[in-house]
Amino acid sequence: MGELISGAGKSTRVMEPVLVDGFATTRLKDLLAWAQKYSLFMCPFVTACCGMEFMGVTSPRYDLARFGAEVPRFSPRQSDLLWVVGTITQRQAPVLKRIYEQMAEPKWVVAFGTCASCGGFYDNYATVAGIDKIVPCDVYIPGCPPRPEGVLDGLMLLMDKIARRDNRPAMVKPRVDPVDLPTHGLVQNGLVQLGKKPVSVA
Amino acid sequence: MVWSSSVKSQFLWRDAADLKDQDPRDQMAQRLVDLLKNQFALAVLETHAQHGDETVVLDPGSWHEVCRHLRDAPSAQMDMLTDLTAVDYPDRDPRFEVVAHLYSLQRGHRLRLKTRVGDQNGEHAAVDSLADLWGSANWMERECWDMFGIRFVGHPDLRRILLYPEFIGHPLRRDYPADRIQPLVPYRPEANNEKIAPFGQHEGMPFGRQTHQSAVLGDGRDSELFPEALLGADLSRAH
Repeated sequence: MGELISGAGKSTRVMEPVLVDGFATTRLKDLLAWAQKYSLFMCPFVTACCGMEFMGVTSPRYDLARFGAEVPRFSPRQSDLLWVVGTITQRQAPVLKRIYEQMAEPKWVVAFGTCASCGGFYDNYATVAGIDKIVPCDVYIPGCPPRPEGVLDGLMLLMDKIARRDNRPAMVKPRVDPVDLPTHGLVQNGLVQLGKKPVSVA
Repeated sequence: MVWSSSVKSQFLWRDAADLKDQDPRDQMAQRLVDLLKNQFALAVLETHAQHGDETVVLDPGSWHEVCRHLRDAPSAQMDMLTDLTAVDYPDRDPRFEVVAHLYSLQRGHRLRLKTRVGDQNGEHAAVDSLADLWGSANWMERECWDMFGIRFVGHPDLRRILLYPEFIGHPLRRDYPADRIQPLVPYRPEANNEKIAPFGQHEGMPFGRQTHQSAVLGDGRDSELFPEALLGADLSRAH
């Protein structure tokens, strides 16, 4: 069976194949959420330098197609995921709001990069300090610009939120290099222990 | 080249060794400055040079006349206006300095022109437009009007170019408050809102200041700074 362990709670049960194909029971809304999470049609609203990193994510090296979210629709009426990539100025805010309002429900918004999340270092008369002042935002991806890995983290976070039907906003957390973990890596008691086996700290 | 004693006294740093090592185009600019001082004795208020770049400060009334001369005179041939902007010196009177950078594609020399306009309150900041001399002046003067509020008399279309028509004031003036924003779209109300940022206002960047509260009037204008906006505003939205 494919992956159907999805949805909030334990509403989905995948049965072992007894006869020929097996079967699964689930709730309709869980099934819909599972379908939605793998068919995000994106509308890129790209305004600034983060766009270069966005192109990197969508190109084959990082391969956004793995997540079923690779098709850009340059009409908001045909898309359900709005990527706001780059700085939004006060003059652009009405455009962004209108684009958002043209999208059909259900719809999600990702703030790509620090400028879209909170304005970044642009503290001035011209810049909107975060797109959540204008449109509700689901996932915030920090970084100036974010690494493609961070963007993929953000997309997977959004997919997880869709599957759990959790519409609270969330932020991509910084990754921790396992080498830096005291119990797994080379760092013991604040010192790098070279040539020694890591000692488990009780 | 022989320097008169008055010119020498102004340019003490120019000794013979300097001149020998100088770029001939810089020498041409120096000669151009001398020509201007002879021909427009009343218009040239001051001259100086910094890092080899010659600057002429002009009387605003002669701004257009001298520029036309610099463009058309065979000795100058300044056929390109590379930049036009302004600087606000709030403790000076006149307060603004309009700066133009000229370049001669024919001869390769450069000249910086300045003129001083505007009183302490920023009023009466006006100077003749150069848009009829150089096409590039059109948009640069519009930007200068947008950012500093300097009027260019005779400009064919003096509108804001970067900011929106609803914007009040000129943001690059020193007395424009650094944290004043004028949103076109009312900010989303913070209360009763299920989707607000999952981080604090001061998390990450220590100076994230544009808050929902700063746009209480709906159109983003601060009531203390814009009392006229208060008159027509619905005060119940502020609380």
